[in-house]
Amino acid sequence: MARYAIRLQELTKDYPTGFWRPRAVRALDHVSLDVEPGEVLGYLGPNGAGKTTTLKLLMQLIYPTFGRAEILGRPAGDIEAKRRLGYLPESPYFYDNLTAEELLVYFGGLFGLTPSVARTRASTLLDRVGLGAERRRRLRKYSKGMLQRVGIAQALVNDPEVVFLDEPMSGLDPVGRRDTRELIRSLRDEGRTVFFSSHILSDAEALCTRVAITVQGRLVSTGRLADLAFEVQGWELIVHGGDSAALVGLGLDAVTTVSDGRHVIELPFDRPPDQVLPELSRLRFQVVSLTPRHESLEDYFMRLVARRQAPAA
Amino acid sequence: MSVIPRIAAQVFKESVRDKVLYNLVLFAVLLIAASYLIGQLSAGQDVKIIKDLGLAATQIFGLFIAVFIGIGLVSKEVERRSIYGLLSKPVRRHELILGKYVGLVLTLAVNVAVMAVALYAVLGYMSWAETEEFRQGWEASATDPAMLAAILLIFVQLMLVTAIALFFSTFSSPILSAVLTFGLFVVGHFNADLRNFENVVDSPVAASLARVLYYALPNLAPFDVKAQVVHAHPVSLGYVALTSGYAAAYIGALLLAAVFIFSKRDFK
Repeated sequence: MARYAIRLQELTKDYPTGFWRPRAVRALDHVSLDVEPGEVLGYLGPNGAGKTTTLKLLMQLIYPTFGRAEILGRPAGDIEAKRRLGYLPESPYFYDNLTAEELLVYFGGLFGLTPSVARTRASTLLDRVGLGAERRRRLRKYSKGMLQRVGIAQALVNDPEVVFLDEPMSGLDPVGRRDTRELIRSLRDEGRTVFFSSHILSDAEALCTRVAITVQGRLVSTGRLADLAFEVQGWELIVHGGDSAALVGLGLDAVTTVSDGRHVIELPFDRPPDQVLPELSRLRFQVVSLTPRHESLEDYFMRLVARRQAPAA
Repeated sequence: MSVIPRIAAQVFKESVRDKVLYNLVLFAVLLIAASYLIGQLSAGQDVKIIKDLGLAATQIFGLFIAVFIGIGLVSKEVERRSIYGLLSKPVRRHELILGKYVGLVLTLAVNVAVMAVALYAVLGYMSWAETEEFRQGWEASATDPAMLAAILLIFVQLMLVTAIALFFSTFSSPILSAVLTFGLFVVGHFNADLRNFENVVDSPVAASLARVLYYALPNLAPFDVKAQVVHAHPVSLGYVALTSGYAAAYIGALLLAAVFIFSKRDFK
């Protein structure tokens, strides 16, 4: 068994632009990344960061300029690796004149499933993505959100070990987004490796065991969400006892009094706890808890983007 | 079952549900039926006109089907990005090209067969409706089996045109593929003129270029045996086999080139 479910080594992609005097534009720049079996990795970045390029390289829809991509220990594009993976392209589009069920049976057949097995699997998967009642409708009559659901179903038709999802929440309404989150959670619980790209950070926060952040084609940060260098933006201080009116005298505005005489104080970054705690102690407040307030993943992400996009000094 | 027949079956299924195909086949069948009326206008020539028009309709509408559906096989897949889902499955790129080709040839075969049946039906009715004395005046019987040779060669020619459309669609847009394929179809019918080009020009460079083009471009004129069949001139089995052999070699070369280009291509 391969140690890594997915492995990118110095993966680089240049696209030629211009007709008469083509010049190379680097879409992906020496990206190296390992994903372990069973991990849910969020591959995050703004538009143009190279997320879709990375996924296309992994599917061998495009060829690398330099570097190497492996899936389950085999090179990207290898037929045996393809048998064990599922892929949802960004804004998927399929065949207008086929029904969702026919599409899944067709794709199942490409994995060697017999028509009866493929039909059973299609039925189960279309129920799972909420399209059971629409299975015999032609795909040209599907909305964007429905096509996204079909796209997810077709990515699972071969019961894959590794699932690649390119912007899986794109085009979905709130119910669809919730359902897709649940589906990704269930894929994780089933022990599958999930590699999904997104620019919607709350999805990553809700689903990922680890994130990789890419900006302008370069991998700028990877790690578990808990380990990433989130900046402290303030503190949440909970105190007990004392006279709540005295808190106003300290110039602490963001105070919420909760039950049983506890007060929650939001300390801004320019008012660190060591400036406030002696005063609180003098006023006979007892500290219940002190928790740093970190920036959100969104703030962190924007900070990296800004740093990356800032002109070199 | 290999993936090639599966892809071919899907192309067939998708094609037979295409409204464009229905319209083309319906129009062709109507035209063949209408040739009966046109034939009535020319005393004594009616069977020839019906055969001529019927075979021409089979060829022209077959050409439209080959081009309009053929170019969509790959370039529309790329343009609409449905190819992403397909190529992520355990499918090699050459299998995709061959599967698409076989699927469209199957579609064409069914359509040419429908048009041939319509043509024979009109001619059969004609033969049944006329008196024995009148039928004696025809050069060949209305339902002359020799017409099958012409229909077969039309079908083989359409297989070649499909390969041309598929080849262009591996690297150009649907519209450009259609224009190039139609262009090559027209040029292919005048290819023989290039052979004699050296007799009418002084420049040896132009003569050499014409000779290269003569060998490189498809020669489609030999596939057109409508006139012989209509006038009851025999078309030998050897001729049909040789012409089909030429088509097979050309189709093979086109598919190889299509596979080569397609295998190297990035799908951005």
